[in-house]
Amino acid sequence: MSAKILIVAEHDGAKLNPSTAKCVTCARALAGAEITVVVCAASAAAVAAQAAQLAGVTGVLTLENPANAHALAALLAPQIVAIAGPFSHVLGPSTTFGKDLMARIAGLLGAPQVSDIMAIESPTRFRRPIYAGNAILTVESSGEGKVVGTVRTASFEAAGGGGTAAIEAAQANVELPTHTRFVSVSAARSDRPDLQTAARVISGGRALGSAEGFKILYSLADKLGAAVGASRAAVDAGYAPNEMQVGQTGKIIAPELYMAIGISGAIQHLTGIKDARTIVAINKDSEAPIFEVADLGLVGDLFQIVPEIERLIGK
Amino acid sequence: MKRVLVGIKRVVDYNVRIRVKPDGSGVITDGVKMSVNPFDEIALEEALRIKERGAAEEVIVATVGPAECQQQLRTALAMGADRALHVQADGVIEPLTAARALLKLIEREQPLLVILGKQAIDDDNGQTGQVLAALWNRPQATYASKLELTGTSARVTREVDAGLETLEVDLPAVITTDLRLNEPRYVKLPDIMKAKKKPLDTFTLSTLGVEARQQLKLVRFEPPPQRQKGIRVKDAAELVEALQKKGLL
Repeated sequence: MSAKILIVAEHDGAKLNPSTAKCVTCARALAGAEITVVVCAASAAAVAAQAAQLAGVTGVLTLENPANAHALAALLAPQIVAIAGPFSHVLGPSTTFGKDLMARIAGLLGAPQVSDIMAIESPTRFRRPIYAGNAILTVESSGEGKVVGTVRTASFEAAGGGGTAAIEAAQANVELPTHTRFVSVSAARSDRPDLQTAARVISGGRALGSAEGFKILYSLADKLGAAVGASRAAVDAGYAPNEMQVGQTGKIIAPELYMAIGISGAIQHLTGIKDARTIVAINKDSEAPIFEVADLGLVGDLFQIVPEIERLIGK
Repeated sequence: MKRVLVGIKRVVDYNVRIRVKPDGSGVITDGVKMSVNPFDEIALEEALRIKERGAAEEVIVATVGPAECQQQLRTALAMGADRALHVQADGVIEPLTAARALLKLIEREQPLLVILGKQAIDDDNGQTGQVLAALWNRPQATYASKLELTGTSARVTREVDAGLETLEVDLPAVITTDLRLNEPRYVKLPDIMKAKKKPLDTFTLSTLGVEARQQLKLVRFEPPPQRQKGIRVKDAAELVEALQKKGLL
């Protein structure tokens, strides 16, 4: 029996989040799998059209409801469960959207959830990191019933385009709760690339000393077209907002180039960057653990080095 | 009585360097320091602050796990919880089993709020709060960095990928904590003594009517692939040159 995989799309109402295309790549590891993407939205047409173009997607379902204008797990989960009947797997990205939602779906289904899937070896066998990435665990489901999963997006490339899946409106005849209400979202507006998908990321740690200190990183990032991240210590200290945090409890990323500036490299931080293609570390402490994972290390004063790098590449 | 129920988990202390057993059957936990999961300490701290503000009268701490978990329950009592509930269970406890057990405790205690850590730092599953909210058919507000109780509802600020999201949830509800919700207090020695006298009730999964079902077999544990050690460069110019050679600049 081949797998029938339902992927819950992440989107902002207009654009499909790249995390969904990474879930598709994860699902395609199962040869012959039918891959259906479900788009829950107030108005799903635009996002559904993008999902239909992903290579490997065999069908797109839409669940339209004014209540789906904001992704509230308590409202989305029963709708997805209502249409999940024919599927063997229900997957979503391991982003705050997916982590919040998928486990609620698993709870409603009474199904096991595999969190942070980094590889699918068979319809029942999955690999995932545990202990902040200090061990890799292979788990196996019984093959009976559904498996819910969140996909560790840093482990997969985004699926390409060129697909022509059919889009179909689905109906979920369930009563939606009113006990959970969206109030607001405050996101810092930034013209920089998205941290989770950027090819280049420059991150700062506590050694930056202040929010003001981060300015040298923003300046270099803008020159490189890079996103800016931060260590937990820097976020805790208020130098950078929470959405910039990289690590076990922040964002797990896999850029081509990661520059860790004034970051000592706690294990919780390293787990968020170990899939980066090239890691650069700049730190005044030559013993900092970040140097153990860095491809290129430079010991010195970041306040001199960073502006100098900017000058050198500006030439 | 207005109660807050806090779920905690006994985990390998976050400072311990994790090593996988040579036979791949697990990670080494013999002789290793065990602690309350850090996110659960934040959950407990929040519950204690709610009580100290007068918005709750009792803080109950609960866990599901082997006999040794009572050490962590005592730590939680020393931090200030009023009483502890221990659901004794051995072996692998999946989030669904933990959530089912916690639901039974909720039915007994009728809390107005249940607070859990957003994830345990051992298996990094990050599921129990959401599964519990689903089974209980109540709201969930995960990754909380701010929590305000307003009578019959709570206003919760959540750390999400986009920034900060605020939800309003009717009570009772399940909240899971993120790092910046608060900074947990330290336990003082006299409180450790006092905690020994606080009530700690034990249950088993079977007395609660919960089936201990393991749906995912743990096949193999492996150490992660190591990155190759890189090189040191002497200055910014050498760094830029190396990056240009790799085609990264």
